[in-house]
Amino acid sequence: MPMITFVEPDGTLREVPALAGESLMAAATRANVAGIIGECGGSAMCATCHCYLVSGDLPAPGPLEAETIEFVAQNTRPESRLTCQITATEALEGLVLQVAPR
Amino acid sequence: MNGVVILGAGHAGSQLAVSLRAEGYGGPVTLIDASDALPYHKPPLSKTFLMDPEARPQPLRAAQAYEAAGVMRLTGRVDAIDPAARTVTLAGRLLPYDDLVLATGARNRMLPDLAGAANVHCLRDLADAQRLRDALPGAQRVTVIGGGFIGLETAAALAGTGRSVTVLEAAPRVLARVAAPETSARVEATLAGLGVTLRTGWVGRGWRRESDRVTAIQGDGEEIACDLVLVGIGAEADTALARAAGIACNRGILTDAGLRTGAPHVWAIGDAAETPHWQLDGAAVRIESVQNATDQARHLARQLATGWTEPFRTVPWFWSDIGPLKLQIAGLAARADRRILRDEGARMAVFHLEGDRLVAVETLGSPADHMLARQMLEAGRTPPDGVLLEGPAAIKGWLAAA
Ligand SMILES: Cc1cc2nc3c(=O)[nH]c(=O)nc-3n(C[C@H](O)[C@H](O)[C@H](O)COP(=O)(O)OP(=O)(O)OC[C@H]3O[C@@H](n4cnc5c(N)ncnc54)[C@H](O)[C@@H]3O)c2cc1C
Ligand code: FES
Repeated sequence: MPMITFVEPDGTLREVPALAGESLMAAATRANVAGIIGECGGSAMCATCHCYLVSGDLPAPGPLEAETIEFVAQNTRPESRLTCQITATEALEGLVLQVAPR
Repeated sequence: MNGVVILGAGHAGSQLAVSLRAEGYGGPVTLIDASDALPYHKPPLSKTFLMDPEARPQPLRAAQAYEAAGVMRLTGRVDAIDPAARTVTLAGRLLPYDDLVLATGARNRMLPDLAGAANVHCLRDLADAQRLRDALPGAQRVTVIGGGFIGLETAAALAGTGRSVTVLEAAPRVLARVAAPETSARVEATLAGLGVTLRTGWVGRGWRRESDRVTAIQGDGEEIACDLVLVGIGAEADTALARAAGIACNRGILTDAGLRTGAPHVWAIGDAAETPHWQLDGAAVRIESVQNATDQARHLARQLATGWTEPFRTVPWFWSDIGPLKLQIAGLAARADRRILRDEGARMAVFHLEGDRLVAVETLGSPADHMLARQMLEAGRTPPDGVLLEGPAAIKGWLAAA
């Protein structure tokens, strides 16, 4: 069970366990991380799971994720990610993500 | 103060409960559902949930989110509502309210002949999805009756698990009532690529039954043998409670543009509600989508919390994941009289126009076009045909040029 750190909009650090195979958005909503809504349930439609990668390694976003970030998300940055498109694996242990403002 | 009582903790009811507090509502909020599950996302049930025996339901929000908002969650089926006395009956107990919100969703249509057969399924809630998933290990040949969104999504998901899947559709094409012929064609080709057998124009003649199971579906001079049947022929709003209380209903519980039903202090939102629509000159429609449910919930929360009142007006949008294909729809195409197609293979967009006005856009694999469509519809702006045909960059540029 990798532990993922989310930085909430008010700066609070939340360390959240993610179950292997679930998305990081699902892990964050289960733990009630502030600012992660996941309105579309993980279909890359709503960008209400938008975070910035602060530290750790992730595979580059696929085309669907990249285009949804470009056209849907607000306050985008080069390190923008949709957490619903990231599947938890042991390799993600220690990843830090900051919840993007909307 | 008795506060707001919400019937149904689906996408609409759950959103309303937390939004009421976010809008500053100070009274009690009670959220009642027949199921005791923590309210969950429905869309994955016909997509990822079926493919992975380990997948768990995905909660809409954490249990703490309801606690933090001071929402009281109750489990049980409400049997009656009494708008004159302002009470609901939950398991024989009377519960008083100041305002009552009907967010009871929709229920599946069933083929009466098939109801009750051990290997016949439908898909609406978590219990349905679990029952279906549990039955899959013994089912190699699956027949889906109905080529609508839920049937096609499920067909694609099950084909991906190596089962032999047949879809029977009475209309000449799938998604006939909800999408353009070009969209249907692309969806049909994708399903065929996944190995799904599609039978459009299907004329059903009956069923072969062995004890409590359906073993074959009979058409004109042929039989399709099956281990499992999924009936996906659409849903109907659950209007029984409202009708019994004398509240006007049509295909859904009728509301005005402010989501009020015909009874004072009773409101309806989500799949259950039939509401006047700004894109249809105020004609009432019932819309089954997550966006409609959650946006109506937010709108009503603001009205109940602050006394603010405005007609509900959002651009409707919807998505469906059919195997690898992402279909997105913005707007309502009901009144369109012409359409423009941009087909680039992996990416496709169908623009529906009513005269000179853009009214709806269907996109396949093109989130950029979908988002731009929502912006155009929101602003009531229609670019020249040439700009629509050129692509997202041209549309974006045209919108920015004011
Ligand atoms: C399998 C499936 C896939 C879907 N996929 C998509 C998709 O990809 N995209 C999309 O936009 N939409 C999709 N939808 C539609 C979307 O889920 C619905 O539009 C949405 O759930 C409507 O929300 P609601 O709150 O109005 O109703 P629901 O979410 O259905 O909730 C209604 C609730 O009311 C409860 N209830 C009913 N009667 C009573 C009673 N008398 N007493 C107590 N409780 C009661 C029910 O138990 C239920 O929990 C899908 C639907 C299904 C079933
Ligand atoms: S949950 Fe909607 S885009 Fe991630």
